[in-house]
Amino acid sequence: MSESTETALRQTPLVERHRRLGARLVPFAGWLMPVQYASILEEHRAVRAAAGLFDLTHMGEVEVTGSGALSFLQEVASNDISRLEPGAAIYALLTNPQGGVIDDIIVYRYPDRDAYLIVVNAANRDKDVDWLQTRRALQPERDVTVEDISDRTGMVAIQGPQAVAIAARLTDADLSAIAPFHWARAIVAGVPALVARTGYTGEDGFEFFTPIERIADVWDALLGEGQSEGLVPVGLGARDTLRLEARMPLYGNELSDTIGPLEAGLGWAVALDKGDFIGRAAIAAMKEQGAPRRLVGFKLVGRSGSPRHGYPVMAEGRPVGEVTSGAFSPTLGENIGLALIERGAAGVGKPLDIIVRGKAAPAVQVKLPFYRREHPAGAGNQSA
Amino acid sequence: MASPADLKYTRTHEWVRRDGDTVTIGITDHAQGELGDITYVELPEVGTEVAATQPMGIIESVKAATDLYAPVNGEVVAVNDKAVETPELLNSEPFGDAWLVKVRLQNPDQVAELMPATEYDAFAEHGA
Repeated sequence: MSESTETALRQTPLVERHRRLGARLVPFAGWLMPVQYASILEEHRAVRAAAGLFDLTHMGEVEVTGSGALSFLQEVASNDISRLEPGAAIYALLTNPQGGVIDDIIVYRYPDRDAYLIVVNAANRDKDVDWLQTRRALQPERDVTVEDISDRTGMVAIQGPQAVAIAARLTDADLSAIAPFHWARAIVAGVPALVARTGYTGEDGFEFFTPIERIADVWDALLGEGQSEGLVPVGLGARDTLRLEARMPLYGNELSDTIGPLEAGLGWAVALDKGDFIGRAAIAAMKEQGAPRRLVGFKLVGRSGSPRHGYPVMAEGRPVGEVTSGAFSPTLGENIGLALIERGAAGVGKPLDIIVRGKAAPAVQVKLPFYRREHPAGAGNQSA
Repeated sequence: MASPADLKYTRTHEWVRRDGDTVTIGITDHAQGELGDITYVELPEVGTEVAATQPMGIIESVKAATDLYAPVNGEVVAVNDKAVETPELLNSEPFGDAWLVKVRLQNPDQVAELMPATEYDAFAEHGA
């Protein structure tokens, strides 16, 4: 990569640390981000076996405040935001009037303020903020403020079976008391932080939000504290294989303007009974008729190249859809993937052919997720 | 890591070792480092005629799939099943156990046209 390309990209405060750790830095959503440090396979396995540390400062954060914040969020987001107690979080979709998806988000209700934080994908940040501001402007009289606080917010995550224990040693707060999909304020390594029990790996762990000028202190402390337990820094490469094994959608792959929540298997994140919201009518109509396409999981049966985004999918000799995401699964040691296919071709156990570089690779549809951890978060990690 | 001086190299990051009228072909240490964890190798069958600079196989890593190019014209006389069965060998032993194919040369002069190690290392470092 040329120097000029590098300087045109946004950099997180951790970029020099990534370089010193040997990261391969690549452009991602306008940012210069680590795709891997040593090896995607090793980083992936470290998260499943011990713990991994992620720089997520490229993610977007949007604050919604004012007495009309809840009703505004109920209008733009698919899930029922009124269910959120202070300190709780919920996965939701920003849906368009046609029932497609603008972005997938997590909405956090502040534990101690009557306000909400929306965490959005880096690639969609500007689009989301424009959309929210546009919707906000339709009713200028209401008391709602939408503010993009991404530039002053740092974000890192620690994920894996050792994550809670490692993080707990850096604070006096009882982090283990934070339930899944909740967050709390804590001083972590001397830094005031919001600590969320959320993630994108299928493992237990935390995501930390701090003022951007302090995020490096949290990163350094977690890296130093966790190394003896096998914690390693993890790049975007393993982040993608981890989320795929856990069947978590990636916007642009499993979700888009033209792929609806029901097709993507995310009906659970759509509260059709909460009252009206943008896209509700279209989604309700699709529910009535049945989604024409289904997102299914598959494994390749024989030795073959890996399935990749966009590869055609055939069933009984005719095209039925496309691969949305695929990879060699480091945990399973097999080629796995998600595909969006015609409803009639979907079904666990049914065969598919994935067209890998012009050749049909036999596949079988499997139950999702591909990987589920043994001990759910917040269950005391013993009794579960 | 400096590439072995007794081999010749291509701009597509294959190495070539000549042994009489046949050559052994593999990928360089630089290539395996760029690809990352290699998960799949697809090689031509014995008897296939290959042509210089044309794709003859596929190397896949967790990140991406890339073509393996024939450095010379000739007929494939052997393939390394061990590399096919254990693709991670390409990461650990790119110049050794993880050789990929042997080709009987049609035109031995083609080998002389390939890059020597010092030239290849400079090429690999300064951008492909």
